[in-house]
Amino acid sequence: MARVSGGSEAIVRIGVLALQGDVREHLAAFRRAGAEALPVRTAEELRSVDALALPGGESTTMSRLIRVFGLEAPLRRRLAAGMPTFSTCAGTILLSREILDGTPDQLALGVLDLRTRRNGYGRQLESFELDLELPLAEAGAFRAVFIRAPVIEGCGPGVEVLASHQGRAVAVRQGAHLSFTFHPEMTGDLRLHRLFLATAVGEGAGRRSLPPTETLLPTEDSAA
Amino acid sequence: MSANGKGDDQAPDGEHRGGLRVKRGLAEMLKGGVIMDVVTPEQAKIAEDAGAVAVMALERVPADIRREGGVARMSEVSLIKGIMAAVTIPVMAKARIGHFVEAQVLQALGIDYVDESEVLTPADEEHHIDKWEFTVPFVCGARDLGEALRRIGEGAAMVRTKGEAGTGNVVEAVRHMRAVLGGIRQLQAMRHDELMAEAKRLGAPYELVAEVAETGRLPVVNFSAGGIATPADAALMMQLGADGNFVGSGIFKSDDPLGYAKAIVAATTYFDKPDVIAEVSAGLGKPMRGLDVASMPKEELLATRGW
Repeated sequence: MARVSGGSEAIVRIGVLALQGDVREHLAAFRRAGAEALPVRTAEELRSVDALALPGGESTTMSRLIRVFGLEAPLRRRLAAGMPTFSTCAGTILLSREILDGTPDQLALGVLDLRTRRNGYGRQLESFELDLELPLAEAGAFRAVFIRAPVIEGCGPGVEVLASHQGRAVAVRQGAHLSFTFHPEMTGDLRLHRLFLATAVGEGAGRRSLPPTETLLPTEDSAA
Repeated sequence: MSANGKGDDQAPDGEHRGGLRVKRGLAEMLKGGVIMDVVTPEQAKIAEDAGAVAVMALERVPADIRREGGVARMSEVSLIKGIMAAVTIPVMAKARIGHFVEAQVLQALGIDYVDESEVLTPADEEHHIDKWEFTVPFVCGARDLGEALRRIGEGAAMVRTKGEAGTGNVVEAVRHMRAVLGGIRQLQAMRHDELMAEAKRLGAPYELVAEVAETGRLPVVNFSAGGIATPADAALMMQLGADGNFVGSGIFKSDDPLGYAKAIVAATTYFDKPDVIAEVSAGLGKPMRGLDVASMPKEELLATRGW
């Protein structure tokens, strides 16, 4: 099992935002990669996870459900506190700073310094797959599936581009956030999930596994 | 995509379009969502605002097709274009069973998914469309496991229960969902040497029968459809094992379409939380009136179309 680095023995617990979309594939991929994975639909479930995966699906639907069911504030709080994220397609749209071709009130959580255009390649007939080169420890092309995928039209200075297609970033890393416009959860290739567990989660997580606040206060026993 | 729409396409830049993964993949992205029948661009906007994951562009909702009678065909092209222009979510449209030219036209329009649908009057009483020939993915209706696997064998990238469309009565959708998922459970309990006889009994391709026996589920996404009229209906289908819901007449034949649409979306996501379903159901006004399927004459049933 993947474990949080830095001496903690806690198994990494990945939440998958489960309002709509290919939640099942994300849960399965993270479990096969050695993490504990559970669906997140409530603020309570969100509190219990080390990191959050935002799946593919319909970003306008997820945006609406996040607002209506009171998840926006808790999400923003966890993100501001440094919760690592793994996002694909619609999930990447939700995390972007600026969304083009969205609906007027569409939620942009803004942790990724990206300008992202929904359905940037066109409609379903323009959906495609291809082999991508990614800077991964285990060599070999990565089969990338793009489904009514967004296009990243601009990246801020803190964004590291891991792979591009037609001159546009399709895989990026920003701090503890690993984001894609394609679907690594669909092909059974776990290299990107392992990369996330090994790097982003190792650094950013562990908050959940800390004891509750009151027991953090110095006591005679723990002060030493 | 070629003019007559040959399925698989390898472009010079390495992009591969129209393969099984992108066809089935779009349906995977719709899971946990609601696909709503709409007959105007205004209704499509309401559906999008309410949180629909896609809309089905139609000339008449099934309840009106049922009432008005006559031959029900693919919707008028400018209506479909108007709906495609109105929203940013995927747009589906229906072709008649076996009418591959209607499907070619829908593909030429750039529709995101074709529903080869028993709600329209069948154009061929023996053969369904050869869906492998297309770049656009197809969804088809099924009443049991054999029918679902036959459609998948013909290239359907998504299936749905037939239900009994336009009745506002969920009984047939429940029957079909139980038949498909119960059929899968029976396959899982069988010995490997029993699968060929079962494939023969189901009238389904052996390879698909063997695959389902091993994985315990269909190789494509399975939505419910036909008769879902309330948030509780939507949650019922999800608890029975549907991957998502099509809602036809149930929304725009209700007293409060926007309210029903939002509530059915919420009940599909929080299908296992009765407190949420109760909350979103409060004060909605009347659902569509509905019909008792058992008392309907056999020739008026839509689900028996297709084979």
